[in-house]
Amino acid sequence: MFKRGTCLALFAVLLLAGCKKGAAPATASSSGGPAGAVRTDLNYGNGTEPQDLDPQIVTGVPENKIVNALFEGLVAYGPKGTGTTPAAAESWSISEDGLVYTFKLQPAGKWSNGDPVTAGDFVRSFQRILSPGLASEYANKLSPVVGAAEFNEGKLTDFGKTGFKVLDARTLQITLKRPTPFLLESMKHYAWFPVHLPTIEKFGGATRKGTAWTRPKNFVGNGPFVLKEWAMQQRIVVETSPTYWDKKSVKLTRIVFFPTENIETEERMFRTGQLDKTNELPLDKTAVYRRDHADSLRIDPLLGIYFFRVNVTRPPLTDKRVRRALALGIDRKQIVERVVNQGQTPAYNACPPMPSFTSTARLQGDLEEAKRLLAEAGFPDGKGFPRIDLLHNTSQNHKKIAEALQQMWRINLGIDVAPVNQEWKVYLDSQDTLNYSLSRAGWVADYVDPNTFFDLWRTGDGNNDTGFGNADYDRMLEEALNAPSEAARMAIYTKMDTLLMDEVPFIPLYFYTRAFAIAPKLHYPENSVETPNWKYVYWTE
Amino acid sequence: MLRFFASRLVQSLLAMFVIITATFFMLRFVPGGPFTAEKAVTPEILRNLEAHYGLDQPLWKQYLDYLGSLLRGDFGPSFKYPNRTVNEILADKLPVSLELGVLSLVAALLIGLPLGTIAAVRRNTWMDYTGSSIGMVGISVPTFVVGPLLVLVFGIHLRWFNASGWYSFEDRFLPCLVLGIAYAAPISRLTRGGMLEVLNQDFIRTARAKGASEIRIVFKHALRGGLLPVVSFLGPAIAGILTGSFVIETIFQIPGLGREFVNSAFNRDYTLVLGTVILYAGLIMSLNLAADLTQAWMNPKVRLEG
Repeated sequence: MFKRGTCLALFAVLLLAGCKKGAAPATASSSGGPAGAVRTDLNYGNGTEPQDLDPQIVTGVPENKIVNALFEGLVAYGPKGTGTTPAAAESWSISEDGLVYTFKLQPAGKWSNGDPVTAGDFVRSFQRILSPGLASEYANKLSPVVGAAEFNEGKLTDFGKTGFKVLDARTLQITLKRPTPFLLESMKHYAWFPVHLPTIEKFGGATRKGTAWTRPKNFVGNGPFVLKEWAMQQRIVVETSPTYWDKKSVKLTRIVFFPTENIETEERMFRTGQLDKTNELPLDKTAVYRRDHADSLRIDPLLGIYFFRVNVTRPPLTDKRVRRALALGIDRKQIVERVVNQGQTPAYNACPPMPSFTSTARLQGDLEEAKRLLAEAGFPDGKGFPRIDLLHNTSQNHKKIAEALQQMWRINLGIDVAPVNQEWKVYLDSQDTLNYSLSRAGWVADYVDPNTFFDLWRTGDGNNDTGFGNADYDRMLEEALNAPSEAARMAIYTKMDTLLMDEVPFIPLYFYTRAFAIAPKLHYPENSVETPNWKYVYWTE
Repeated sequence: MLRFFASRLVQSLLAMFVIITATFFMLRFVPGGPFTAEKAVTPEILRNLEAHYGLDQPLWKQYLDYLGSLLRGDFGPSFKYPNRTVNEILADKLPVSLELGVLSLVAALLIGLPLGTIAAVRRNTWMDYTGSSIGMVGISVPTFVVGPLLVLVFGIHLRWFNASGWYSFEDRFLPCLVLGIAYAAPISRLTRGGMLEVLNQDFIRTARAKGASEIRIVFKHALRGGLLPVVSFLGPAIAGILTGSFVIETIFQIPGLGREFVNSAFNRDYTLVLGTVILYAGLIMSLNLAADLTQAWMNPKVRLEG
């Protein structure tokens, strides 16, 4: 009977599937080129559906990848994913006092509809992102510029009085409120990218959010690629822009972005050859990839820190000794090697190492010191220490880490810490309202400069969320920005780092990495803030 | 009959009004909002955002404004996806969920009916036991296990299908199969039960005595009666399959409404939550209304008590 045959076949296939070793990741060509020709299309796992493709409205990392293909800022990362190279700006000069930046735009710079890219385009774009009516969430990225914050708050209504000036069609001048050593770094962020105002105005006006101008048939951008297709929650397709000024350097002809949210699904897509690069890799797959597909595994450093906020307004955490005891009473190496295991480095200070800055500050002490501090604070061997909660957002990984820490603190210090998970927004709200004792947190750099890891600990900063405030610290933060030299500035950051590791308003755990699966023949430069320069992404051979 | 329909309609509209009001206010009282983010925006920017979306108005005014826009058929902009209106998102995604639902149901029937019928006809033989076991496995093993397993076999090893997506025609196969298997199991057991009951009736014995072939007995005589339990199961099953496809949509990255229904709550996307709630409530209430009307038409007692 037909049913028997089908049943047997199904069982046989399932059995065989279990015995066979995992299939090697595909490198099959999907562009159908002649045999031996190098591929020019890319299937890229992008993690989530982008909110929009308007660089002045979006805030996320998946948006970052696509926006960097469609638009181009004044400066960009170089071929190795580091450094500052000319992009929409051909050259620039900085005044002696560090307050005036003058940019000369590329002579051949063009929008995808053929219009030349002018200084006026940039200034009008800056006006748009700073318009209170648009309510752009990243408007404050432009705050170093004279009048920018005031214009955004509605206190200044004449944009001509801000520090953005058109000197001529190809020359743009920006005047800052104070010297900002990391300005060029921060200009690689899409908040500084230009948009094509004539197109935007055709579709509802400059201050309307989410109009149809970012749809494929209406889209105009100045980047190496143009938007060809946007199927929500399915794929976004971009193809080479025929008018891009540096077209000869662009080797890819087509990129397809897949918004796959489930990381297990994404990994399966990689194994079927549907994706050439995933956004993430499930933690429990890392060991398998290391062992069997090491040439498809990449673990890149990511400029970010995984830490635990400490609510310094809640006893007994008001006592610095208790906070230091907690920070010293855990074994970071164990967590990094056994629980997470994706090449992270244990963190003993506030700021991960980067080319311009390696902090020498470090959490001082060891387990013995932790026990001594706890006893000194009135809780010898943890006796009398109240049960405190360890808040984290819903995730298997955070839960594992929280439970490991719970164990460590119990064994090492004799105290009782209870992991509590909350849904994402509830968890964020709990942190904002100081409704927690310890809370898991992450912070990733917006730009490659230590300032982004120190300014959140300013008294009352919207991202502080610990109740910590220190007048010396705030003063040093200002001093750093006014420092006479880079070396002096970095020395101040080291002092601030030391202060933080003495006060412990947060417990650093590890510095992030980004692990992903990638086709071995894809050349994809490492970038510590996940901002690709698509000109330098290509297939080898 | 008309009075019955009118009274049922009024009840449905009243229920809808309560649902909209309750959802609207519950959403506002939950901690966290659409702009609560890991990297907090400055208070000035938050003020701009709230002004832009009318969130700085008193709550009662926002509620009335929302009701007004509903009457115009406008569900509002999405907070999470500023590029799309809620109307657009619903219009894009509902057909996908419907297609997934219908195809899965077809798959479920194609698998479940034959399995159940054969189990009944060849009762207490190895075919019956195999069919029942497959049914039991189908009910017990969750879709998020079956799904990746089938992707492993058919996608990764055999390279017949993609691991995810809803782009080409072949992409429909695996997700509908997985969801279909989940529903095939109860369908096969119900079919078996229904068929067994019918096959024991006298008129079947008569047909056999008259010399009718097994095939003729099953298809011409027994099936009509044997499928009754399946038909009454299909009612709630259709509602379930349309609204409960969240897991399948997540595993296979299908741009359907089930996922949006859940994610919009996580994102505190006020307008999209309300839009999906209204849509589903409307769908379920219409199905119930249609069922009530059909029953009333068939059974006068129901409409007289109505």
